[in-house]
Amino acid sequence: MGSSSSSMDHIPNAEELMQETGFSAAHLLRLYERFEFLDKDQTGELRPEDFGAIGGLALNPIGDRIISAFFSPGQETVDFPSFVRVLAHFRPNGTNRTRNGTQQEPVNSRTRKLKFAFQLYDQDRDGKISRAELLQVLRAMLGIQVTEEQLQSIAERAIQEADLDRDDAISFDEFKKVQQVSPHPQTPTKETPLHPTEGGR
Amino acid sequence: PKSTCLRFPLRPEEALLIMIPAMFGFSLGISETYMTILVKTLEWATLKIQKANADERTLKASASNGLIQREDGSMEKELEELRRSRPKPPVGGDFTLSDCFYFTRKGIESIVEDEVTQRFTSEELFSWNLLTRTNNDFQYISLKLTLVYGLGIFVRYCILAPLRITLACIGLSWLVIGTSAVGLLPNSRIKSWLSEWVHVMCYRICARGLSATILYHNRENKPKKGGICVANHTTPIDIVILCNDGCYAMVGQVHGGLMGVVQRAMVRSCPHVWFERAEMKDRHLVTKRLRDHVNDKTKLPILIFPEGTCVNNTSVMMFKKGSFEIGATIYPVAIKYDPKFGDAFWNSSKYSMVSYLLRMMTSWALVCNVWYLPAMHQQEGEDAVQFANRVKSAIAHQGGLVDLQWDGGLKRAKVKETFKEQEQKKYSSMVVGDDSSSNSD
Repeated sequence: MGSSSSSMDHIPNAEELMQETGFSAAHLLRLYERFEFLDKDQTGELRPEDFGAIGGLALNPIGDRIISAFFSPGQETVDFPSFVRVLAHFRPNGTNRTRNGTQQEPVNSRTRKLKFAFQLYDQDRDGKISRAELLQVLRAMLGIQVTEEQLQSIAERAIQEADLDRDDAISFDEFKKVQQVSPHPQTPTKETPLHPTEGGR
Repeated sequence: PKSTCLRFPLRPEEALLIMIPAMFGFSLGISETYMTILVKTLEWATLKIQKANADERTLKASASNGLIQREDGSMEKELEELRRSRPKPPVGGDFTLSDCFYFTRKGIESIVEDEVTQRFTSEELFSWNLLTRTNNDFQYISLKLTLVYGLGIFVRYCILAPLRITLACIGLSWLVIGTSAVGLLPNSRIKSWLSEWVHVMCYRICARGLSATILYHNRENKPKKGGICVANHTTPIDIVILCNDGCYAMVGQVHGGLMGVVQRAMVRSCPHVWFERAEMKDRHLVTKRLRDHVNDKTKLPILIFPEGTCVNNTSVMMFKKGSFEIGATIYPVAIKYDPKFGDAFWNSSKYSMVSYLLRMMTSWALVCNVWYLPAMHQQEGEDAVQFANRVKSAIAHQGGLVDLQWDGGLKRAKVKETFKEQEQKKYSSMVVGDDSSSNSD
């Protein structure tokens, strides 16, 4: 990889980033090229409009939320290290490398991914998904295709199902528990009759 | 036609040796020999690299693949997976909190790499064609390979490039002079014949100037007068490629400078359709002029590139419907360049026209295939957009290109709201079902 190291010089703190995020040099370089491509006016930082130019993102119902996930609260621009750190949550598991073995929790662990998704809902970062926040996301994903009543009933059921401590909001732990209900193929939760009335599926 | 003020790097006899075959359309076999040598050299170079570092290349090749593990399932399939064995609730819609994972993943994927912009960077080559400008940077493998590469640079920059630039200048000058001369004649069949001959000859010289090897297929379907020829667009050189085998009327905006001189000269010998900048905005005017041209059966077929922009020749983008509303016979043509010999794609945001042409002239060669497809007409009950898509699919299928729904203008503009609505619609049908009455209270 003799040639790629020369272009790596453009990337600030490349070694640290690689350790922190677990991306390989080739991947980091590719992300850097992508970053530069998105940075239309060459300022070295991205703005929300730069993300907005991506076609696939513009048609994504929750595209705006994904974009704002890159920006820390109050920040209007995102630099390359922050860009890469967010993307690192989604790094494919196959390329996990432990650099010096002292990683308590890999950056792309399931919990981190769940946390990312949780924060998509929880825009005010108070650690809970309120009914209003849930309704906002539902509205974004469904658009004008459903009525207000349908939206309310969907939100209602979702909260009832997930909200275990009955505080009318979904905390991160409750959020995680909901995901655990969708199990791996080995655990036959479906077959276990929870209520006598449901049995025999 | 020594009308340039450059010092020619070749003697007049040598220039004629190249020009005369070009003018009269036969070949001395020199370019065929050159191509054979070139192909053999490139194959040798590729083998060398493959032997030397097999896993290094797979690492680089998988760099783009390893970065994203695309699961190209449909929305339905993936949401099913996410929901898995959760029983479908009787009321309140089939929604789970994990549904957003699908959209999140799609969103992140498109941030890292999206389909549209992928089409606008040059096709990645997995073998090295001895040009550092392709995506694999120069790798030191062996002395022999480096020497061949060095020789390649010398040949390309010091021998081929000056030769080609000279030829291009000759071709262009001859175009201006020849068409102006023909323009002096009174309108007659002789004039049309001469005009066609001058045009084709100049384009042939230009093609030689790029060491272009063009293979035409299905020439019985060649566009006829009174029709519109429609092709996929990769580079302005497409015009040279197509005009080597026939005469077309061009459509375009009037430019100043050298282009303007060429345009004005060309229109003297036979009718082309040049628009002022202001006129281009008026769609009715544009349609009317095109229609008038097409209805005059003595005029040449119009050449139009409906994508409206240059695409990197791996796919075909959405066709603008303007040309399909005129009601004329459409002659689709598919053009596919062979990337082994040089990347023909003009990335207008990266290179200016001049630097692009210089790059072309320092490439090895330009090899492309042109397929003439059977004529198509707008059918009953088919609107312009559907017709355009039908033609686009035919071209994509023939050229082995991917048929994309995206608008080429997307690379500059924002996507329309309707696409987002489609996604929402798809998702909502999974959550509440297609008839909304199934979920009440």
